[in-house]
Amino acid sequence: MATEAHHYYVPNPSPYPFILSTGLLLMTSGFIFNINHYAPGVWMMLLGFLCVLYVLYGWFGRIIGESEGGAYSKWEDRSFRIGMIVFISSEVAFFAAFFGALFFMRRIAIPELASFDHDFTMYKSFTDAWPSAGPGGVVLGHAYEVPKFTPMSAWGIPAINTLILLTSGATVTWAHWGLLKNNRQQLIIGLFLTVALGIAFLCLQAFEYHHAYTEMGLTLGTGAYGATFFMLTGFHGFHVTLGTIMLIVILMRSMKGHFTSDHHFAFEGVAWYWHFVDVVWLLLFVLVYWL
Amino acid sequence: MTTATDVHAHDDHHEHHPAGIMRWLTTTNHKDIGTMYLTFSLIMFLVGGMMILGVRAELFKPGLQLMRPEFFNQLIGVHALVMIFAALMPAATGFANWLLPLQLGAPDMALPRLNNWGFWLLPPAAILLTLPFTLALFGIGDGAVATGWTLYAPLSVQGGLGVDFAIFSIHLLGISSVLGSINIIVTIFNMRAPGMTLMKMPLFAWGWLITAFLLIATIPVLAGAVTMLLTDRHFGTHFFDAAGGGDPILFQHLFWFFGHPEVYILLLPVWGFIPHILSAFTRKPVYGYKAQVYSFWAIGILSVVVWAHHFLTVGMPVPALLYFMYSTMSISLPLAVLFFCWIANMWKGSMSFETPMLFATGWIILFGIGGLTGLVLADVAADAQYHHSYFVVAHFHYTLFAGGIMGVMAGVYFWLPKMTGRMYNEKLGKLHFWLTAIAFNMTFIPQFFLGLAGMPRRIPDYALQFADFNMISSISAFVLGLSQLLFVYNIVSCVRGHGEKAADKPWEGAEGLEWTLSSPPPYHSFTEQPVIK
Repeated sequence: MATEAHHYYVPNPSPYPFILSTGLLLMTSGFIFNINHYAPGVWMMLLGFLCVLYVLYGWFGRIIGESEGGAYSKWEDRSFRIGMIVFISSEVAFFAAFFGALFFMRRIAIPELASFDHDFTMYKSFTDAWPSAGPGGVVLGHAYEVPKFTPMSAWGIPAINTLILLTSGATVTWAHWGLLKNNRQQLIIGLFLTVALGIAFLCLQAFEYHHAYTEMGLTLGTGAYGATFFMLTGFHGFHVTLGTIMLIVILMRSMKGHFTSDHHFAFEGVAWYWHFVDVVWLLLFVLVYWL
Repeated sequence: MTTATDVHAHDDHHEHHPAGIMRWLTTTNHKDIGTMYLTFSLIMFLVGGMMILGVRAELFKPGLQLMRPEFFNQLIGVHALVMIFAALMPAATGFANWLLPLQLGAPDMALPRLNNWGFWLLPPAAILLTLPFTLALFGIGDGAVATGWTLYAPLSVQGGLGVDFAIFSIHLLGISSVLGSINIIVTIFNMRAPGMTLMKMPLFAWGWLITAFLLIATIPVLAGAVTMLLTDRHFGTHFFDAAGGGDPILFQHLFWFFGHPEVYILLLPVWGFIPHILSAFTRKPVYGYKAQVYSFWAIGILSVVVWAHHFLTVGMPVPALLYFMYSTMSISLPLAVLFFCWIANMWKGSMSFETPMLFATGWIILFGIGGLTGLVLADVAADAQYHHSYFVVAHFHYTLFAGGIMGVMAGVYFWLPKMTGRMYNEKLGKLHFWLTAIAFNMTFIPQFFLGLAGMPRRIPDYALQFADFNMISSISAFVLGLSQLLFVYNIVSCVRGHGEKAADKPWEGAEGLEWTLSSPPPYHSFTEQPVIK
């Protein structure tokens, strides 16, 4: 606590939070208009996105400036660390919702649909098996015919992707060791490798999606399997994208000479985030692709 | 007192902030942000109140008088969302912003800019929630979300534009809550004055710490649930659709996994500051501090494993029903510990009944009724009769209006002199309490009987046999609504600097670091942290 003879850094008034919220209001309401086919939606989204980009650039730029200007001591640093841990915990809870949905559909909803007495159900030929796209039927007045699809195998691209992410977890740790012993070259090479592995993962994932949509008949609309598969891997992919962007920023800052061996919260925060994304992937690999 | 002036003098150069509206848009100061939260909360409390007065007017007598059933449905759903997310939660966060740095001896909240963002997400969320009402006037969409606040699938999958707005409103509110929780957890862990160990923290901080943990664990699950709803509505997924192997009941599980802890999210901050008030007006120290802290933990942990008691009638296997019944009832044990602590706090105290104490004692009784009627609902066999009736409505208004809002009002009267530097009008405050307490009971006691007699909730029309009690309930609801104007008047006159000047410690028995500062406190609270022995 405040045993340091130091005043906690309280930043000056800042316009960024308000602009960010305005941007988010424009983006969300624009998105709603867009999916409900009202014309100005796209433009509102675009304007909102520009606001968000401006804030990301300005706000993070401001923080980097403050950090390099020496505004943050150990005391502020501890705030950022606790904050990042809590933030990642909330992300865990977000993924838990989708894993929970997967569990519920596989172990409760589908067995129950298949267990009804044949005299009382319209799902006569439906059996309890996974992967499943459901028994079919009428959805909101439209007929839903069970699509023919091939489930995603774990031992192709997904296995390669697992190796890629595990390796990237190692390279980012190696980069951290470099930073700790002031070996800038090791830091930069390690980060560069991590970014490259992240991008490789995303490319393979995009290829896999393309393959699923065009050749395997597996889409977001493929019942329980398609919904859980694409939402879980999709949100994970989105987090990998964010993580890669964050790593690129950290790489560029390292190349500019930022961070010292005892003052580099941004690096560690991003590394924690990257490890979190890694762990989620391992769960995905086992629960979505493999079992 | 000397501390306060020292701090003030020391911190003078920090007081420069932009004037006018820019001060509020850009502020990083915990008191400014707390004030914005509390103001927003008060405004939305009145907005949500007016919505439900429309509903009560419709229910004044049987038959359809004033509005179409669709609009009735919109009013009840948005009333609940506004009251929970835009009135009660921001009130608690506003108090956290105002009080935590003062009570913990910190210069400010730990992450001041994030703090500002947390607040400024709320007005956009409120706009998203209520905009569809206005859009409908221009022929766009068919009004706000009409599914009730629980957004149950498949109704919400079929609903109109309003559901999409509600989904994104919940996303923004969720981000705001997560940011607020991050800030509060960090502040509590990292900004306490030297010597203030966790077990010396004020109970308000403890209540909020558990609340913040609950928010972090459950709000993202709600975000996930409404995201699935969005993709079911627009992107062809089948999460809540049996044809694709999904299940509408999945939505209920996800929703109430958030929804039940949400009850304690709303109540824990209030449980946190009630002991401060009781201790001040009984001139006794807080009774059973440790017992209360452990009870907070027990209730926080239990609250995330009992969610399915909100849909005991939906068709679950008997072992699941028994589990959810017994685990729900077990919450009453730590809650009983809290009740006995509050009562023991008053035992043989030299009590005086200023407005905050009136609200606090009234709160104990009324919240007690809310808790006991909850036990009835947790009983699987009994719940088959009471489920989705007005009994439930009355029950959760005893917990959330009496247990939540009246608790917040006790806190407002207690700390208003500290925040504004002015004493409120004691006579009007007492009048406000008595009108609120009587009108509240007159509104909701009839609803218990209506529910027991079988009147279903969320229906704009009812059988003739329910007419008398509904009339009593509606008239009392208007009295309850109008008496809140006294509350507004009291607050506004304090803020505008009318009324007697408040001493630094306006309540004789009050304890805590916040009373060592001037009233109102300096712009930055403790730039030099006090040392706690």
